[in-house]
Amino acid sequence: MRHIISLLMENEAGALSRVAGLFSARGYNIESLTVAPTEDLTMSRMTIVTRGSDEIIEQIKKQLNKLVDVVAVMDLTDGDHLERELMLLKVSAVGEAREELKRVTDIFRGRIIDVSSTSYTIELTGTGSKLDSFLQAIDHDLIIETVRTGSSGIGRGERVLKL
Amino acid sequence: MELTGAEITIKCLQEEGVEYVFGYPGGAVLFIYDALFQQDKVKHVLVRHEQAAVHAADGYSRSTDKVGVALVTSGPGVTNAVTGIATAYMDSIPMVVISGQVPTSYIGEDAFQEVDAVGITRPCVKHNFLVKDVKDLASTLKKAFYLAKSGRPGPVLVDIPKDVSNTKTEFVYPESVSIRSYNPQTHGDMGQIKTAAKMLLEAKRPMVYAGGGVVLSDASKQLTELVQKMGFPITNTLMGLGGYPATDRQCLGMLGMHGTYEANLAMQDCDVLLAVGARFDDRVVGNVKHFNSVPRKIIHIDIDPATIAKRVKVDVPIVGDVKQVLTDLLAVLNASKQKPDAAHLKTWWQQIDTWRSRKSLTYKNSDELIKPQFVIEKLYEITRGEAFITSDVGQHQMWAAQYYKFNQPRRWINSGGLGTMGFGLPAAMGVQLAHPGETVACITGEGSIQMNIQELSTCKQYNIPVKIIALNNRYLGMVRQWQEFFHGNRYSHSYMDALPDFVKLAEAYGHVGIRVDRPSDVEGALKEAFARKDDLVFLDFRTDPTENVYPMVPGGKGLSEVILAEDL
Repeated sequence: MRHIISLLMENEAGALSRVAGLFSARGYNIESLTVAPTEDLTMSRMTIVTRGSDEIIEQIKKQLNKLVDVVAVMDLTDGDHLERELMLLKVSAVGEAREELKRVTDIFRGRIIDVSSTSYTIELTGTGSKLDSFLQAIDHDLIIETVRTGSSGIGRGERVLKL
Repeated sequence: MELTGAEITIKCLQEEGVEYVFGYPGGAVLFIYDALFQQDKVKHVLVRHEQAAVHAADGYSRSTDKVGVALVTSGPGVTNAVTGIATAYMDSIPMVVISGQVPTSYIGEDAFQEVDAVGITRPCVKHNFLVKDVKDLASTLKKAFYLAKSGRPGPVLVDIPKDVSNTKTEFVYPESVSIRSYNPQTHGDMGQIKTAAKMLLEAKRPMVYAGGGVVLSDASKQLTELVQKMGFPITNTLMGLGGYPATDRQCLGMLGMHGTYEANLAMQDCDVLLAVGARFDDRVVGNVKHFNSVPRKIIHIDIDPATIAKRVKVDVPIVGDVKQVLTDLLAVLNASKQKPDAAHLKTWWQQIDTWRSRKSLTYKNSDELIKPQFVIEKLYEITRGEAFITSDVGQHQMWAAQYYKFNQPRRWINSGGLGTMGFGLPAAMGVQLAHPGETVACITGEGSIQMNIQELSTCKQYNIPVKIIALNNRYLGMVRQWQEFFHGNRYSHSYMDALPDFVKLAEAYGHVGIRVDRPSDVEGALKEAFARKDDLVFLDFRTDPTENVYPMVPGGKGLSEVILAEDL
């Protein structure tokens, strides 16, 4: 099953490589991994999207908790949560496709943030599956470049990951 | 007072009460060695290879309850140390390894003797640090010792660039340490402990399975009390030998791939299993599916939550320090009016005694060829079971584990998890230095001993009178055994046909060497060796080259699918 694991870790050099190294050493799957500083400058927040059986996910959480630099771990998938990913997409936009791409972008509530005579750069935010749907809705051959950030997540309402 | 980083490093070791540092100097640690030279509280032992420095620190730690310390230079100093660090990591041995690094301004420039020490050791340390500012040095070393010893112990590496060791700062050694992201749980959940107690009292076919965690936590007393109070059978893992007295009737011996028949069958057929400081690894339970095919309730006590439910499903997980949890469990059992189920326990012991009557450790002795098992039995007799025994890796290791009956913890020192050949001799040096005057023997083979043979020179320099018991069968015995069983007798590169004359070799290093060819000479040679209290004696026993280790649960098989010597 797909799980979104959030963690807070010390803002130390090498902390990211400890997490990445753990996944590769133990053969766990990483679908996406994002990391950035938080309002507390001593900590970074990481979101990892992974897949595995319940036993594997349990081990992943335990092994992450065991890392000395990891302050807190939460499996967002255990409860209500929000998930967002940002995609920047450069597409070839000439002729009829130019109008069609604008329409599809509007339907998905995306924005065109850069325009040239032959291309658009589209910004789209949403869950990973929404971004996948967008990519399926347009002509694959028009895609010049795809940049995705990987998922970020946060608990709904009172669900908070904080020290 | 302002001190240099090098002086701070040594001060910190003094503050931690470090008695011995095992190391090897080099460019990046010159300032640290200079500071070491100008004091006499911390003694330094100069090894002949960095791997041996780490193994010696490891042996020192395993035979005491102290943190082992090794000191190596940058680059090859660190890479040579990696095998030792990984060995300590796999067996959860508390250790601090200090490595020199190129000056901070050179890092990343592929400088002479530069490696990314933190990167290279990351997967095989509990934690590691690169100290870029001398102001952080004392607090980092304090953290290193705390991390190494607390929770599930393990090696911690502190990488110190050369300029940091030569920069001055105010020295204050922190009195305490707290790491917000690191709070190992020492007390088990009382609710879970009560559930466990109830389960144990109601068990019909109970079994206790105790591992290295019992030794590391110094919980032998509590474990022994619990097992004897309940009248349950117990088995020790390779790492747990000595955690419960081996000569006690309730002890079924070691379990696992080369465990006794009764230990493995009782493990398989029990209805309630109490696992203490053990991790159900592949060499212990064999095929997990086969093990899980029999219903049984499992109670698992371990300080590391990640060890629980890693390979087998657990019914009652208890996270906490083994000694503390056993103390609490004993209190609950003592307070209970209920007693263990005597009738069922009697039937269970009858079953176990039937398995035991197969005498799975029997071997056929010979008048012609020295049987390796016979050497270990004689060694056990002559040392009255009281020696510190280190071992290398292979057949001799298994025979040592099977035939030397350890009644005390921290007497059996071997590389269980990583299985590192070359561990035995340097580990024995650390053990002997920690216990001057005690009998220390290294059981080895002609393959393993050559992986760190250079340490005979260190033993000479520091008058370390360990006894080397080499079971020389002219084969890489365990490899040969697997080739015989599973590879159609094709002995691919498991034969050594250019062995040195070990007697002359020992003599060349300034020691005593004795070669033993006949079974009738075994006892005399051992007696002579142990009578030479102040000498290192290298005993080269020419043993039966085709002897195999039995019982054997072949890789991938279940515990009851065992091969006994009598089956062949």
